[in-house]
Amino acid sequence: MKMAENLGLARNFGRKRQESQAWALQDGSRIAVIGAGPAGTMFSYFFLTMAETVALDVGVDIFEPRHFCHRGPAGCNHCGGVVSESLVQRLATEGIRLPDGVVQRGIESYTLHMDVGDVEIATPLMEKRIAAIYRGNGPRESELLETHSFDGYLLELAQQKGAKIIHRLVTDVQQEDDLMTVHCADQHSDKYDLVVVASGVNSRLLEILENESREFKRPSLTKTFICEFHLGREVIRETFGPSMHVFLLDIPRLEFAALIPKGDYVTLVLLGDDIDEELMQRFFGSPEVQNCFPGAVIPDHVCHCYPRINIRPSNPVYGDRLVMIGDSGSTRLFKDGIGAAYRTAKAAAKTVVFHGVDAGSFKQHYAPLCRKISNDNLVGKFVFNVASLVQKARFARRGILRMTANEQQQTASPRRMSGVLWDLFSGSASYTNVFLRTLHPVYIGSLVWNLVAGNLPGSAARNGHTQSEEESHVQH
Amino acid sequence: MASLGKEYKEGEVIVRQGEMGNCMFVIQKGEVEAVAEADGKELRLRTMGRDEFFGEMALFEKATRTATIRAIRPTRVLTIDKKNFLGGIHEDPSLAFRIVQTMSHRIRDLTDRLAKSEESN
Repeated sequence: MKMAENLGLARNFGRKRQESQAWALQDGSRIAVIGAGPAGTMFSYFFLTMAETVALDVGVDIFEPRHFCHRGPAGCNHCGGVVSESLVQRLATEGIRLPDGVVQRGIESYTLHMDVGDVEIATPLMEKRIAAIYRGNGPRESELLETHSFDGYLLELAQQKGAKIIHRLVTDVQQEDDLMTVHCADQHSDKYDLVVVASGVNSRLLEILENESREFKRPSLTKTFICEFHLGREVIRETFGPSMHVFLLDIPRLEFAALIPKGDYVTLVLLGDDIDEELMQRFFGSPEVQNCFPGAVIPDHVCHCYPRINIRPSNPVYGDRLVMIGDSGSTRLFKDGIGAAYRTAKAAAKTVVFHGVDAGSFKQHYAPLCRKISNDNLVGKFVFNVASLVQKARFARRGILRMTANEQQQTASPRRMSGVLWDLFSGSASYTNVFLRTLHPVYIGSLVWNLVAGNLPGSAARNGHTQSEEESHVQH
Repeated sequence: MASLGKEYKEGEVIVRQGEMGNCMFVIQKGEVEAVAEADGKELRLRTMGRDEFFGEMALFEKATRTATIRAIRPTRVLTIDKKNFLGGIHEDPSLAFRIVQTMSHRIRDLTDRLAKSEESN
């Protein structure tokens, strides 16, 4: 039975509970994980950890053609490389510490750049809890330093738990004789009790599966742009500090832009509606961007890529003996992709260990999380649409700047706008949580006041400064 | 290389007995000691090193810290917010497994020490 019919079963679930129990893994069962990015490795890690607690002996094979020790695109999974504050905490709680060699820079603030001024938003704890990382082993032609790939580190953790890495490219997955067969480019094939698709959206596997299936739809995608600038560690420390620099500019189709300092390099990420050369030129031509670099000169980038990201989940995300996790399934819109990989990977692992590998088990125990992420993304889409309106409305940008800068001067009062912006930039909270906070009467009242005060003739914000410019972090 | 968390010098207090707490800490580097004060005397309860955590009771109870935690070497710790932790537990209760497991070990250790103390008395 081909993949198509297997996925079709997800819509025909009517299997009784006692039949589902026959689909539980036994000692000696085997799992194939396709892809060694964070979703695949974290699935393997958590599955093997939980399987050990229930004395379940199952083999896990991780299929990954790349070696994460390589520099440049060959060893990289093409991503901005930010582990959010909430994910850093959750990983630490799980016993997964990000070592110094993996963390390229600890981030403790965001600096928001707009045409009306800049403002630094610091975390109240004054503690570095956002990790800037390299997914591979650094940019192309970077020096051989003591850097360590984030993906490589997670893969080592999975291997320490007993996962086996198979450096082969998977080209097809088919259901044969009630098991799943994984086919590779070198004609190798093997049978498994479960296939976990964690290949991401920048490989061809999902496209192949969609072409074979009447019912499977791969994720909807959009093109992004990522590049690296070499400035040197000291220049980056002086110019960017421990701050991620984000931009709210009136450039159509640009949803989010950030400069992320890491070691000797700064990573630029542009997210939006099919990033292209025209949008990039407008972005690089903005004085707000140029002024971030030494001498207001943007150097040539040394490494770049146009990865695609998931903006709508695949459908369905599971079948009998099959589950899609991470970007291959359901992920957060624009932000915290690694966090979504962790959540979906762990939910899938729990389902497999404690329930089963049939479509019914995934429907009951895995799909609710995917729906929660998708529903939150709908709110996220609305939030980004509002942000697009702010991008076009100078008076709104002045009000936000004033409100945020004044909050940063105060230690006692709640920093409402700062918190909203922080969680929006960092991806540390759900979009629903962020949106609900903007409905608080005090937030609305304060915003309205700052919109008025910030746009009065002669006001500091209208002239590009806030009330206490010498104390604030506002620069213009 | 870069790092996460907050640095503490040798001898610096991270949490103080009697303070209200709303977070726990995971040690990224270094070593700390947990001391309890009673009748003007300090009793060292345990030492903890890299990857171990402390202050977890504040995540489950609205009570004061039961011990003072002090760095005995240059130490770096990562703060885990109560809000973030409880939000994570709500979505994924298994997030608490490692904490529960460690607390179980500590209860076992304290029980053994108490039994030995009773025996020697």
